Amino acid sequence: MADRAQTGISSLWKGMSLTIRHLFTANGKRKVIPASSDNYFKQLEGTNTIQYPKQSLPVPEVGRYQLDVEIDDCIVCDLCAKICPVDCITIDSIKATELIGYTSDGSPKRIHAAKFDIDMAKCMYCGLCTIVCPTECIVMTNQYDRSVFGLSDLTYEFSDMTAEEAKEKQALLDQQLAERAAAKQKKDEGGSAV
Amino acid sequence: MDYGLKKLSLHGVNIYLTYVLIGVGLFAFTALFALFAVYAERKVSAFIQDRLGPTETGKFGLLQTLADGLKLVQKELIIPAAADKILFMMAPAIIFLAVYMGFAVMPWAAGVAPTQLNLGIYYIFAILAIETLGILMAGWGSNNKYSILGAMRSAAQIISYEIPAGFAVIAVVMIAQSMDMQTISTQQGILSTETIKCLGFWNVTKIGGIFSWNILRAPHLLVAFVIYFIASLAESNRAPFDIPEAESELVAGFHTEFTGMRFAFVFFSEYSMMFLVSMISVILFLGAWNTPLPNIGAVHLADWTTGTAWGILWIVLKTLALVGVQMWIRWTLPRLRVDQLMNLCWKVLTPLAFICVLISGIWRVYLM
Repeated sequence: MADRAQTGISSLWKGMSLTIRHLFTANGKRKVIPASSDNYFKQLEGTNTIQYPKQSLPVPEVGRYQLDVEIDDCIVCDLCAKICPVDCITIDSIKATELIGYTSDGSPKRIHAAKFDIDMAKCMYCGLCTIVCPTECIVMTNQYDRSVFGLSDLTYEFSDMTAEEAKEKQALLDQQLAERAAAKQKKDEGGSAV
Repeated sequence: MDYGLKKLSLHGVNIYLTYVLIGVGLFAFTALFALFAVYAERKVSAFIQDRLGPTETGKFGLLQTLADGLKLVQKELIIPAAADKILFMMAPAIIFLAVYMGFAVMPWAAGVAPTQLNLGIYYIFAILAIETLGILMAGWGSNNKYSILGAMRSAAQIISYEIPAGFAVIAVVMIAQSMDMQTISTQQGILSTETIKCLGFWNVTKIGGIFSWNILRAPHLLVAFVIYFIASLAESNRAPFDIPEAESELVAGFHTEFTGMRFAFVFFSEYSMMFLVSMISVILFLGAWNTPLPNIGAVHLADWTTGTAWGILWIVLKTLALVGVQMWIRWTLPRLRVDQLMNLCWKVLTPLAFICVLISGIWRVYLM
C-alpha cells in the first residue's frame, strides 16, 4: 500500500514537472530551419507550431513542386508531352513558315506552340518532363501551395499566342504547303511531259 | 448577519436595489471570469503541448472567447424530438444557478461579503449538491444514452466525493469552531480576535502572514487541503475526474444535446465552479483574504498589506493560482476509470479524511 502510494506520488510528480517545464518554455518561438540542417530532428524547445502563411519551411533546391515553362525557350519538340506518364501536358504545334528565332541556348525555333497546357490536377510531380527537355525550358519551381476555386484553374496555360495569331500562322502554313504542293505538282507534270 | 451588505450599501439606497446590484455584479464577475478562464485554459493547454493556442482574434487571441460567445448566441436552440422538454430546458439554468448562488456567502475581504451567514459552509455544500440535480435533469431530459450515462456517472461521483470533502471541511470547522466563512477567514490573519498559534505552540496573533493560515495553524489540515482539492476536482467534473463528460467515450456526456446559449450556460457553470471550489479551498485552508506576508520585527508587512482592496487582491490571486493548478492537472493526468475513481474515494481519501477529523479533535483539546 505504502509502495503503491509512493509510486503514485513519484509518477505524479514526474508528469506534473514535465508539463510545467513545457508551460514555462513556451515563450520560445519555433525557428524555421531547412530540412538539410543538422539540427532539424533535434528535440525542440518551446512551441512547435510553424505559423504557416507568415512562416514557412524553406523548400530544398532540388524539390519537385509545380511546373513552369519558359515559352520563349521552348522549341515545341513535344518530348515532355510524350514522356509524361499521366498525359497532363497538351501541346498543339504549328510549323512555322520560316525560322522564328533562337532560344537562349542557341537552338533554332521552327515551330509555334499554339497551345501548351499543363493540368496540375493530373501532374504527379515525377519531374520526367524536366529531364527530357532539350532546352531546359520546363522546370520545377518552389511553388507548392497554390489553391484555386475551380478545377479548370489548375490547367496552366503557357502559350503566349492568341487564337487569332494561331489562326494566322496556320493560314500562312497552309498557304505555304499549298504553294509547295502546287510547285511540286507543276514540277511533276513538267517532268512527265518531258 | 447583514454586516457585509450594510457595508456595501450606500446611505438611503433601497436594500433591494443593493441586492440586485450585488447579484448583477456577481453575475458579471462570473461571466467575465468564464471568458478569461476559457482563454487561459486554451493557452495553458497549448503551451503544455508545445502549441500556440489562439493567436489570431485580437492581440494574442484575447478576443477569441468573446468571438466564441458571439457565435454561441447566434446558434439555434435545438430540442431533440424525444427529449423531456421541461427538464431539458430547465437543466442549464439549474446547473448555473446552483454554482452562482454558492457565491452568495463568499467573503471577499474583511467585512465584504454578499451575505454573512453563520451556516455559510453548510449552505455551500447544500447549494452545490443541487448542481447534481441539474446534471441528472440534463442527462435524463436529453433522452440520449450518452447523456444519461454521463449524468449517472456524475451523480455517483459527486455523491461519493462529498464524503471526503465534507470530512476535510469538518476538520477545519473543528479547528475554527465556526461555520461562518467570514469568521473562518478572520481567524487566519492579524485581524483575529483570538490567539492564533502556528503549529500549535508559536503565538503568531501579531505576526500573521502565512504562519496563521489554517494549513500551518494545524499542519494536518495540509492533508485535509489536498483531500478537499482532489474532491473538489471530482465535484466540478474536472480532469482527471471528468468521466461524466469523457469525450472519448461519451461524446460530451450530459451536455451532448445542448446547443447555443444552453450549452454556454453549462460551460459557464463549469468555469464558475472551478473558481468557486478554489475559493472555498482558499478560504478554508490558505488564509482566505489574508496576506501571506508576516510582520517581521519593525517591518510590518502584514499590517501594510491588509485592507479591503488588499483583501480582494489576495483572495483573487490565491484563487486564480489554484485555478491554474486545476488547469495544469487537467492537461497532465489521464482520466481515471470509474472503479479507480471509487477506489480512490472510498479506500484512500475517506479514511484519510477521518484521520484528519480525529487529529483535529485532539489538536483542539490539547494544543489550542
